[in-house]
Amino acid sequence: MSLISLSALRRTAGAFAGRGGIHPETRKYLSADSPIEAMPLPSILRVPLQQHIGAEAVPVVARGDQVLKGQLIGKARGPVSANVHAPTSGKVIAVGYFAAPHPSGLPVSTITIRPDGADRWGARLPRLVPEQATPDEIADHVKQAGIVGMGGATFPSAVKLDLRKRFALKTLIINGAECEPYLTCDDRLMREFSEELADGIAIMARALGVEQVIVAIESNKPQAIEAMQRRMLAIGCPARVTRVPTLYPMGSEKHLVQAVTGLETPARALTAELGVVVHNAATAYAVHLALRYGEPLISRVLTVSGFGVTRPANVKVLIGTLVAEILDHCGGLDGTPDRLLLGGPMMGLPIRSQRVPVIKGTNGILALQKSETRRHREMPCIRCGGCIKVCPCGLMPMEMHGMIQAGDLDKAVDIGLLDCVACGSCSFNCPSNIQLVQSFNYAKGRLAFQQSQKHQQEETKRLAETRKARMDAIAEAKRQAMARRKAEMAARKKREAETETPAVPAPAPTAERTG
Amino acid sequence: MIEAVATMSALGLGLGTILGVAARRFHVETPPIVDEIEAQLPGTNCGQCGFPGCRGAAEAVAEGAAPVTLCPPGGREVAVTLAEITGAEPPGSGGTGQDAEPVVAFIFEDHCTGCTKCFKRCPTDAIIGAAKQIHTVVNDACIGCDACVAVCPTEAIILRTKPRTLRNWHWPKPGTPADATL
Repeated sequence: MSLISLSALRRTAGAFAGRGGIHPETRKYLSADSPIEAMPLPSILRVPLQQHIGAEAVPVVARGDQVLKGQLIGKARGPVSANVHAPTSGKVIAVGYFAAPHPSGLPVSTITIRPDGADRWGARLPRLVPEQATPDEIADHVKQAGIVGMGGATFPSAVKLDLRKRFALKTLIINGAECEPYLTCDDRLMREFSEELADGIAIMARALGVEQVIVAIESNKPQAIEAMQRRMLAIGCPARVTRVPTLYPMGSEKHLVQAVTGLETPARALTAELGVVVHNAATAYAVHLALRYGEPLISRVLTVSGFGVTRPANVKVLIGTLVAEILDHCGGLDGTPDRLLLGGPMMGLPIRSQRVPVIKGTNGILALQKSETRRHREMPCIRCGGCIKVCPCGLMPMEMHGMIQAGDLDKAVDIGLLDCVACGSCSFNCPSNIQLVQSFNYAKGRLAFQQSQKHQQEETKRLAETRKARMDAIAEAKRQAMARRKAEMAARKKREAETETPAVPAPAPTAERTG
Repeated sequence: MIEAVATMSALGLGLGTILGVAARRFHVETPPIVDEIEAQLPGTNCGQCGFPGCRGAAEAVAEGAAPVTLCPPGGREVAVTLAEITGAEPPGSGGTGQDAEPVVAFIFEDHCTGCTKCFKRCPTDAIIGAAKQIHTVVNDACIGCDACVAVCPTEAIILRTKPRTLRNWHWPKPGTPADATL
């Protein structure tokens, strides 16, 4: 007994092998007690074709088409991509570029649907009994439904279910940590739809062929833990709920695996190499809807919160609903917020306009007032080591920052820039308000840019070579044609000469003339 | 007749021999570094560096007559490799051309007559079109070399900075003016 509690204590204290993590004020109380409410049909839906990591989906409808709820409107292209479906019935009024829910506000190809109000279902996905289906069939079904990781990374879930082909998987971890402050949508989902979630988890466990399931929930969600514990028997294989300490960034895939199993994922490797796959709780719910009801991923639950929102809530919205309409549904904004974010306050994306849609990976809309944001003047680094202490990946943020400031990205990579998960703990803890994680994000983008330039360089070379080869081939063909013509001409002349003077042997004067 | 043929043949043979001997005798070894440098350059002979083709540029760099940052389509990558080869100062992150915004050609469709002059000149086949059809530029293949701009009879082509997309966007450096707007 005492041994067990001791080991539990140790695990809690050293959640990430004794390093890192922060305790930001969670402010989940703003929305934790609001039950999930469905939002009425919005006036317009803008459904981007790029809501996932990977290649953009290809539109399969045209302007003027009538679409039904659940109808395929964007088809996945390539192995890493996801289908996009119509969230409600209505008319396609545009297929073109609109502002993306992204800090840049750059355009993304979007299908705009004006709902007809009937919310009429089209053909659902073909029926499949998960208990009798093969893992391949389940993975394919998930793929057809366009399900992506709903914790924010939006990696196509079917690709993750197919990991079983490459690795021997033992454990499925359901990520219910929800470590970002303010967000409560997964908490509410686990409390209110625990049965459905357990069913989705069971289906995923079957598809992955794992031996055990662990549902990891942070200790600040006791009701969710209790609700999920009641459903563990329904999963079928050995399953348990693990209470993980409330510590940011517990929801990060690799850190969650470490906190739950004690195994550390090697740098830039997949957790699957340890035999562990992590799926988000909301993804399990989407899988349940897809397999049991044939519903593709067309809606999601998100948290609307922050001191700048009149009525913080957890809302079930259709994918493609504009942020402005969701905010209006929640009583509108209370004054002008200092920041409008999609996602959590630590890793969420600031947006410039409210006229952008929510997508599959949007788990929150936050309107933060000045009292909640922190914008202070940046001061020099005092080398206190605070950032090193909190970095959950065991990196040295201040060193990396210095190298990036000096323009030496390669050196920053040498000391682990690419292992940074951009959780923002370093910036949060910095007493000098140095924009550490912002600097790392810049550096990663810059590196990707340089990589693409290098790629383009090679491609340019290839293009130039193909062009040269083609030009040479054309020139060669011309030369040959010329030679052939010459030969033909000569042959003709010879024939003519022969027909002109049939029996006479070639006389000397002729030779002189031609010479 | 025979005299003429003989004279010309003798002349040709004699001069050829002289040239051949001279080529052997006064042979100048090309420094291998030139070949090495040329291998790094894009090989499109676009002329943006101001030298006659990539070979000319390679020679100039080898002599030290041109900076390693001379190749705009090559960008920073090429500049760094050239600096490694020549032992020159590697390009820093500061001002010089290598971090300049990439440019691509853009065709105003209203002015395009479909004369096909530009796409015949394009060193990377980045312009698509056919006779009497409006041409257009494939941004991913265009290196912004200016060759098409010069030949367009209706001045329908300009160079513009490569449009930003979600794919090539990245966070601005903290503390720069671009960052302040976020």
